[in-house]
Amino acid sequence: MTVRIFIPRDSSAVSVGAEAVAAAVAAEAARRGTPVDIVRNGSRGLYWLEPLVEVEVAGQRIAYGPVAPQDVPALFDAGWLRGGAHALRHGPCEDIPYLKRQARLTFARMGRTDPLSLDDYRAHGGLGGLARALAMPPGDIVGAVEASGLRGRGGAGFPTGIKWRTVLNAGSGRKYIVCNADEGDSGTFSDRMLMEGDPYCLIEGMLIAGLAVGADTGYIYLRSEYPDAWDVLGDAIINAMREGVLGDSVLGSGRRFVLNLVKGAGAYVCGEETSLLESIEGKRGLVRAKPPLPALQGLFGQPTVVNNVITLASVPWILAHGGAAYQAYGVGRSRGSLPFQLAGNLKRPGLVEVPFGATLRELLYDYGGGSASGRPIRAVQVGGPLGAYLPASRFDLPLDYEAFAAVGATVGHGGIVAFDDSVDMAKMARYAMEFCAIESCGKCTPCRIGSVRGVELLDGMLAGRTKPGNDDALLRDLCQTMLEGSLCAMGGMTPYPVLSALDHYPEDFGLAPKQEEASA
Amino acid sequence: MSQESAPRSDQAGLLPALHRLQDQLGYIPDHAIADLARTYNVSRAEVEGVIGFYHDFRRTPPGRRRLQMCRAESCQAMGADALAAHASGKLGVGFGATTADGAITLEAAYCLGNCACSPALMLDGRLYGRIDAERLDELLAEGGAA
Ligand SMILES: Cc1cc2nc3c(=O)[nH]c(=O)nc-3n(C[C@H](O)[C@H](O)[C@H](O)COP(=O)(O)O)c2cc1C
Ligand code: SF4
Ligand code: FES
Repeated sequence: MTVRIFIPRDSSAVSVGAEAVAAAVAAEAARRGTPVDIVRNGSRGLYWLEPLVEVEVAGQRIAYGPVAPQDVPALFDAGWLRGGAHALRHGPCEDIPYLKRQARLTFARMGRTDPLSLDDYRAHGGLGGLARALAMPPGDIVGAVEASGLRGRGGAGFPTGIKWRTVLNAGSGRKYIVCNADEGDSGTFSDRMLMEGDPYCLIEGMLIAGLAVGADTGYIYLRSEYPDAWDVLGDAIINAMREGVLGDSVLGSGRRFVLNLVKGAGAYVCGEETSLLESIEGKRGLVRAKPPLPALQGLFGQPTVVNNVITLASVPWILAHGGAAYQAYGVGRSRGSLPFQLAGNLKRPGLVEVPFGATLRELLYDYGGGSASGRPIRAVQVGGPLGAYLPASRFDLPLDYEAFAAVGATVGHGGIVAFDDSVDMAKMARYAMEFCAIESCGKCTPCRIGSVRGVELLDGMLAGRTKPGNDDALLRDLCQTMLEGSLCAMGGMTPYPVLSALDHYPEDFGLAPKQEEASA
Repeated sequence: MSQESAPRSDQAGLLPALHRLQDQLGYIPDHAIADLARTYNVSRAEVEGVIGFYHDFRRTPPGRRRLQMCRAESCQAMGADALAAHASGKLGVGFGATTADGAITLEAAYCLGNCACSPALMLDGRLYGRIDAERLDELLAEGGAA
């Protein structure tokens, strides 16, 4: 039988050579006259091992990585088609502890399938949730999502069931499902992975959302920085239309659902839901004042569900297994699992889906393996560019929306970026203000002007930090104004990274060191 | 291949139209503004406003190649600042500028979704990860930009 070899098509894997490896494997197999069947799968998310090649031997997938094109002849020589020993061999992929210990619910299929094969999708449990939803009244679908405890994965953590219930109850006119695929947060890539590696899962989630609230049209607003996700989603939508998953009669039910793909244009603020709606409407991405809520007056003025990619992609699992099964994972009011993204200065960066309640320390050290540089991890930013910096004394904090909020931090979209002790926290604070100045939509003064003033103040502090006399009173004052006076979280949360840097690393700003840290 | 919503003539068609134009020409020329305004039934000022709001759209021709370097946090944690300085020094231009010979435009990006392989960059729309100065020089040399 022809041996199947899995080599990811994921753009991140390709960015470190997966395409060249696939070409080398095909060429070497041809040279040896050994037929192989190369499947381009999604990434398992074990990025430090990418390009990660899996060879299927007696029903098991044996992992080799990171593979360079020049390793390929030696791998054939080592008999990798029979799972042969080699320095790059890691044994059965699913037994690698990094993967085995995860709770992959939303990412259950990730890396296991050919992303564009609907047959593969079905064979791995796909469309099961949709089939159930088609047999349920809308209120019960929303009920299942409510029972799951699912909260928005885009950053704000708003209960998804409540949002859907609002749209369901908003009359019987035209409604929309909008998927927020802007994934602007630095340190995050789970949306991208899912769209490139399991696109039907997102499509299924949007279909279920449509059935739940009575919408027959969906939009996916995708950032322009993701050209590969654009191509995969485009192909997936066409395949789903052709096979009757999307279109005038979803799975033969007589219910209609169509999907549009819209490309963003490089504005971070367009990830904010109302700015995103303006952008789909072809306008400048100015944030809208709320109320009205998008759930009542959203896209083109109609009731609209706006959800993040991961929120929507979690729904098929919930419908297939029941709200209670999802709710059984997690802690407190943070139910289910979150696909965390380990990034920055870590030995083993990647995608780690675990139930809420795991600690930062587990993710940074047990999974991440500590810093890539071998130096101590000094600061960790969680939740994107608007997220707080956390020092080592906070590494035992459980990853839980409320526990993070209690210390002025945010879990956000689950991005975790580690910095070693060479980081200059005053520069990071300056960067946060500069980013806000670049990306502000300009609608309100605390954000538009405040961020520019913040950069100036920090430039002054950076210049003056070698001499005594630096003072943070003005900067703190400015942060307070931004926190209280901004229309959206762009201006309203930029103070998080700035204030946390000031609080935990005052010495980097030329201020007196923090007492407890000095004694630690 | 890729799928776009069917061309529409109301304002929602403007952003896709701008993308198409820029894909073809590399920028949005002055003479296109009036046409766009007519087609999408908005004022010329509104067209200008939309173009100006989004970082992607340019009003002047770009270089023959486009280098987008990630300047965001994860890449910073892995040495992106030094890499950016190297690129800028080697090409002799700052971010947002095109080399004098028109060979390459250097741009900043704020996360390319490749944070697990930081530092990252995109060259002519192709993503690269785990980049150091040597690899950057190689990539530029391959395409004949430096
Ligand atoms: C400046 C800013 C940027 C945002 N960027 C994103 C983004 O890229 N992706 C996303 O899903 N949500 C983003 N959000 C959050 C959205 O406004 C909104 O809360 C989310 O799309 C709702 O979906 P959810 O409930 O499924 O999370 C952003 C918010 C702000 C204030
Ligand atoms: S806080 Fe900033 S991004 Fe948000 S509405 Fe105000 S100006 Fe716009
Ligand atoms: S921060 Fe550079 S790719 Fe995400």
